[in-house]
Amino acid sequence: MTEPTTPGTPEGPPAPGPVPGALDTAFFVRWLSAAAAAVDREADRLTELDSAIGDADHGANMRRGFAAVTAVLEKEPPPTPGAVLRAAGRQLISTVGGASGPLYGTLLRRTGKALGDEAAVSRERLAEALAAGVAAVSGLGGARPGDKTMLDALVPAAEALGESFDAAREAAERGALATVPLRARKGRASYLGERSVGHQDPGATSSALLVAALAEVSR
Amino acid sequence: MSGRVGIVLVSHSASVAGAVAELARGLSGGGPSAPILPAGGTPDGGLGTSAELIAKAADAADEGAGVALLVDLGSAVLTVKALLAEGDELPEGARLIDAPFVEGAVAALVTASAGGDLDAVEAAAAEAYAYRKA
Repeated sequence: MTEPTTPGTPEGPPAPGPVPGALDTAFFVRWLSAAAAAVDREADRLTELDSAIGDADHGANMRRGFAAVTAVLEKEPPPTPGAVLRAAGRQLISTVGGASGPLYGTLLRRTGKALGDEAAVSRERLAEALAAGVAAVSGLGGARPGDKTMLDALVPAAEALGESFDAAREAAERGALATVPLRARKGRASYLGERSVGHQDPGATSSALLVAALAEVSR
Repeated sequence: MSGRVGIVLVSHSASVAGAVAELARGLSGGGPSAPILPAGGTPDGGLGTSAELIAKAADAADEGAGVALLVDLGSAVLTVKALLAEGDELPEGARLIDAPFVEGAVAALVTASAGGDLDAVEAAAAEAYAYRKA
């Protein structure tokens, strides 16, 4: 994404107004639609990963949740970026049916809360808000990076988002791949112990999809 | 506060939630029982957790003295925590109880039926963890 420089005024700070390159409500709706499309496209792969170390419903659950998100955003478009994320999070909590619902729902709701009610936000603001959302996920599930969960993709992605959208996408994908040799310490996969080693974590994989969708719509 | 503490049993399975509610009613002795409602499985009858069923059961169990939510595994725990964090999804005084599912349900219902408040119900249900079986 190119970020045009703000035309400065020689006498003082630039007048308040729309910040060039800022992310508005429409951007966030596009992000979640792209995320829904990616989840739909990759649902079979997510379920396949989940059948190795989980209960084989991650793809179907995420598809159902994000279809509900798209439906509510189309029917009643929320007024601000923060409101878009809060509405989406609420839908995920109520419709997913598995642990990914409350976890992704909390991620989006807390990120949306941290954004407040501004009409548009900068990428740096989003990075900070996402970090708050990621911390809330960690608090809810009690997991940390290295436990073979979605946090292995989200924590590095939120950090790299301060740099650029593409850096965030790469960090999430690297983080998801890095779950392969890990032994699961959270969720159903943790019951498998050593047998969870050698499989990519489905939650880290779907997290990488969401971050990739974000990078995609920023272009 | 008026009324008795309500109890909601959140399981991944509708039959588990329903059967544990029935077991607790059967074991809690005679007299009028406090409300105990199952919220098991997904709305279409599958295995999983439904925020909608949980909210509905909690509303139905609420007599104004608080609602104790007992849960089984993973997503049941996370969904109730997320609903509580929402603030307005569950009745005021709704509380996630850290207790074994079956034993906790029996202890909670006996205590709630005897007129115990939410703290007493929580303490009785949590105490079930201390009972060793071997």
